Amino acid sequence: MAQLYLDTLTGGLWKRIPPFRLVLGLCPALAVTMSAENGLGMGVATACVIILSNGVISALRNLIPHKVRIASYIAIIATLVSIVEIVMKAFFFPLSQQLGIYIPLIVVNCIVLGRAEGFAAKNPPLLAMVDGLSIGIGYGLSLTLIGSIREILGAGTWFGLPLFGESFEPMSFFVSAPGAFVTIGILLAVQNLYSRRRGEKFIQG
Amino acid sequence: MWTVFGCLVPPLLLSVFVFGVQVLFIAAVSVLSCMAVEAASQKMLGRPLTYLDGSAALTGMLLAFVIPPGVPILMPALGAVMAIYIGKHLMGGLGYNIFNPALLARAFLLATFPVAMTSAWLPPITDGAIFTYLSGIDGMTTATPLAVLKDQGMAAFIERFGEPRDIYMSFFLGWRPGCIGETSGLLVVLGGLYLMYRRYITWHIPVSVIGSIAILTWIFGGESLFGGDPLLAVLSGGALLGAFYMATCYVTSPTMRSAQLVYGVGIGALTVLIRLKGGYPEGICYAILLMNPLSPVLDTWFKPKRFAPPLRGEQ
Repeated sequence: MAQLYLDTLTGGLWKRIPPFRLVLGLCPALAVTMSAENGLGMGVATACVIILSNGVISALRNLIPHKVRIASYIAIIATLVSIVEIVMKAFFFPLSQQLGIYIPLIVVNCIVLGRAEGFAAKNPPLLAMVDGLSIGIGYGLSLTLIGSIREILGAGTWFGLPLFGESFEPMSFFVSAPGAFVTIGILLAVQNLYSRRRGEKFIQG
Repeated sequence: MWTVFGCLVPPLLLSVFVFGVQVLFIAAVSVLSCMAVEAASQKMLGRPLTYLDGSAALTGMLLAFVIPPGVPILMPALGAVMAIYIGKHLMGGLGYNIFNPALLARAFLLATFPVAMTSAWLPPITDGAIFTYLSGIDGMTTATPLAVLKDQGMAAFIERFGEPRDIYMSFFLGWRPGCIGETSGLLVVLGGLYLMYRRYITWHIPVSVIGSIAILTWIFGGESLFGGDPLLAVLSGGALLGAFYMATCYVTSPTMRSAQLVYGVGIGALTVLIRLKGGYPEGICYAILLMNPLSPVLDTWFKPKRFAPPLRGEQ
C-alpha cells in the first residue's frame, strides 16, 4: 500500500512528468513561460487545481453518472479554477495580471481533465490527491525550467535578477513563441535521449 | 553543389570590394561553422559523414549572403546551428528539410537580434577602399533603399539615392547598401544564367518570381494603379538573389514545371504584399519560407494526367 502511494507520488516527477512525458498541457507551457516567475506561478496555480479537482472528483466518482461525467468534471474544475483565480487576484495581484487569461484557461487544461478521467475516476480520494500533488509539482518544475531557459537566453535575467554584464545581448527569439517550441522540443529530446540511455521504457500517461 | 558555390564567389568578391574585408570574415565564419555543425550533427545522429559534399558549404554561403555586412562576426555561427542542425538534420537530413535552411537561419537571426539584423547596413565604399575594416563601422551604418522607400517615401529616396532612372545602373552593378550577397544584380544574374546553361536550374522559378514582382509592383506599387517602378523593385532588395538561388533549391521547391510557375508567382505575390503592406521593408525571405511547405501540395495538384491504362495488378 505504501509502495502504491510512493509510486504515485514519484510518478509525476519523472515517469509521467507533464508536459514532456504526459504530452498534455502544452498551451500554457508555450504561452506563459516567458520568464521563470511566470512559469512557477502558472505551475503552482495548476497544481492547486489538480490536487483539489482530483480529490473532489474521486470522492464523487460513484455518484457521477457515467454518461455526463465530462460535463460534471468540467463544472467541478471550473468552480475550483474560479476559486484559485479569485485567491490569486486577492493575494498575488501582479502575477495574476501577468498570467492574464491563462489562469481562467486552466479549466480547459487537458492535464486536469486527463488526470480526472484517467486517475481520479478510478482511485480513492487520498491516492488521487497524491497523484494530483505529484503531477502538479512535476508540471510546476517543468514550467519553471522552460521559463528559466527562455528568460536566461531571451532576457539575460533569472527571476528578474540580471545574470550577465552589459555586453550580453539577449536573444529575443527565445521569449517569442517560436523559441518556446524550440525549447520544449529540445528538452523533450534530451529527456528521451537520457531515458533511452538508461533503458527505460517510454511511458505515456 | 560546389558549382553553385562557385557561382556565388564572384558576388562575394564584389561585396568584399564594396563593403570591406569584414565581409570575407563573415562569409568564412558562416561557411566553416555550417560545415562544422553538419559534421557534428551527422556524427551525433549516426548518419554518414558528408560534410564535404558542398551542401553545408552552400548553405553557409547563402546564409552569409542574406545577412547585413556590419553584423558581429560570430552571429552567422549561431545561424549555422539553426540552419543545419534544427533546419536540416532534425527535419530528416538533406532532401527532407521542409524549409530552406539558410532562410530559416535568417528568419531566426532576425527574430533573435532584430537590431543588428535591421541596422548593420554599410554604405558602399565608392573608391574601393577595401581595407577599411574596424575603421568605425558603428558610425557608418546606413539604411537600405527599400527601408528608405518604405519608411520615408519616394521623396526621401530620391534625395538619398538620386532619381530612379539614374541609379538603375549602380544598383544593377552593386553599388548600394544591402545584404552581403544581394548588392550586385549583375553577378547574381550571370551566376544564375550559368546554372541554367549547365541545366542545374530551369527558367521557370526565377522568371515567374521576378516577373510577378515586377508586374505586381508596377500595378500596385505607385501612387496610382500602374504607377509603380518595376525595375527598381527587382533591382533593390534580395529579389534577384532569392529568385535565382533560394527559390530554386531542389529540396524545397516543386518538381513539376507547371507547379514551379505557380510556386514562383506565389513567392512574387507574397514578396510584393510584404514589401508594400507588411511590417518589413523586404519580404522575399518570408515569401519563400511561406511557399516552401506548399511545394509538395503544388506537386500533387499539378501531377500530370496519365493516359496509359493502369498496369495489371495496379489499382
